[in-house]
Amino acid sequence: MFDLKGFGDQLLAGTMVTIELALASLVVGLCLAILAATARLSDNWFARNIALAYTSVIRGIPELLTVLIIYFGSATAIMAVARLFGYDEYIEISPFVAGVIALGLTFGAYASEVFRGAIIAIPKGQREAGLTIGMSPLKIFWRITLPQVWRLALPGLGNLFLVLLKDTALISVVGLHDLMRKTTEAVSYSKEPFLFYSAAAFIYLALTILTMVFIHFMEKRNSRWGDK
Amino acid sequence: MPENSVICLKNIHKSFGDLKVLKGIDLQAHEHDVISIIGSSGSGKSTFLRCINLLETPTEGEIWITGEKLKLARNKKGDLDASDPRQLAAMRARVGFVFQNFNLWPHKTLLENIIEGPTQVLGKSKDEAIAYAEQLLRRVGLEERKDFYPSQISGGQQQRVAITRTLAMDPQLILFDEPTSALDPELVGEVLGVMRDLAGEGRTMLIVTHEMQFAREVSNKVMFLHQGQVEEFGHPDQVFGNPTSERCREFISSVY
Repeated sequence: MFDLKGFGDQLLAGTMVTIELALASLVVGLCLAILAATARLSDNWFARNIALAYTSVIRGIPELLTVLIIYFGSATAIMAVARLFGYDEYIEISPFVAGVIALGLTFGAYASEVFRGAIIAIPKGQREAGLTIGMSPLKIFWRITLPQVWRLALPGLGNLFLVLLKDTALISVVGLHDLMRKTTEAVSYSKEPFLFYSAAAFIYLALTILTMVFIHFMEKRNSRWGDK
Repeated sequence: MPENSVICLKNIHKSFGDLKVLKGIDLQAHEHDVISIIGSSGSGKSTFLRCINLLETPTEGEIWITGEKLKLARNKKGDLDASDPRQLAAMRARVGFVFQNFNLWPHKTLLENIIEGPTQVLGKSKDEAIAYAEQLLRRVGLEERKDFYPSQISGGQQQRVAITRTLAMDPQLILFDEPTSALDPELVGEVLGVMRDLAGEGRTMLIVTHEMQFAREVSNKVMFLHQGQVEEFGHPDQVFGNPTSERCREFISSVY
């Protein structure tokens, strides 16, 4: 359908990589965000400050730099550890894995603040109602707090996901064959920058609109239990 | 004897920083006791009720529930907290608590609110929990609303569901923390009606309330708190009709 002078398949393959990267980073990022948010709100001094350091550092440096540090830095770090165990070969982590780590860390740092705000916004009586019937704090978190947190956090998380979706393009600098990289390749072979950059822009835009529709659907679904 | 009472509280103290809210309160409830706790706002009655199941951690005191002593240890803030979280959870499951603001879970339907404790805490099967929940909802006249969400029903109905949620745990004691204070006046009656039925069934209840007429009719004992201390305790006819304490007399005549 999209032949695009023979590069259509390549762009499609790149788009798939972009989507995979975005979704994998989202999963990692959400886990980190929930962990960091609960750590920030915990009574434990150590947990609080680890989480604060994480969110401050990640939010304090440009995403591109995070990507480069993770990609080159983690390979060096892993090699240094491997050398301790007598393993001297050259080790490389895949751009995809580096991308998931870097984007997951970034998403997690920003999203943890969204979660923290949402958790604080839930009336403490909700938790108390769970306590009075004998539920454990962990069960209360999973069954009472978190489902309500989603509803409050969804608009903010959706916003951050749209940023994440486009940040995936940064991973092309370390050689991931994502949509951005495939586009650049197509441009250099075909010498038709306008066509291919426009095509890439259109695809990113389409993904964004799809995401927005999905978020809207989720918000609709959550609103069934109304405003309270 | 703490061993043969449903609940026994000894010398409960509670301070928030320098502010002493409770200054040594004792209370014992036996089976079928309905005890109303009255007093002006700031007298510490809600704090006292919340200390019973450790929603508020007392600064000093002993708590016995159904003959079992709650194990307490001092925490970092200097209050007493449960030293055995499992014991605390098990004891809380036996003590119902009805909140002023209902605190139903908005993301769950009424039925889901009610079966949460039985399935998640008591380990009942879902079918069994649902059958019991429907039976209890029928009693408060809300069975056909079971798939509604809390935001879709009135405050009085929400409180009736909150009471039902407590009953589904088959508690040995129910604590009511100003259960009608957040309701519009025309909705108070339906909630008091349900509570009156529970008292009539012989349930053991502790009720913090401003509904003096109700307290007088329903309870067999009344405790009047003033500035964190028990100022008057006795049969409702005596407390309301012939209080010995001057402060209690003033309070009664101002609200009743």
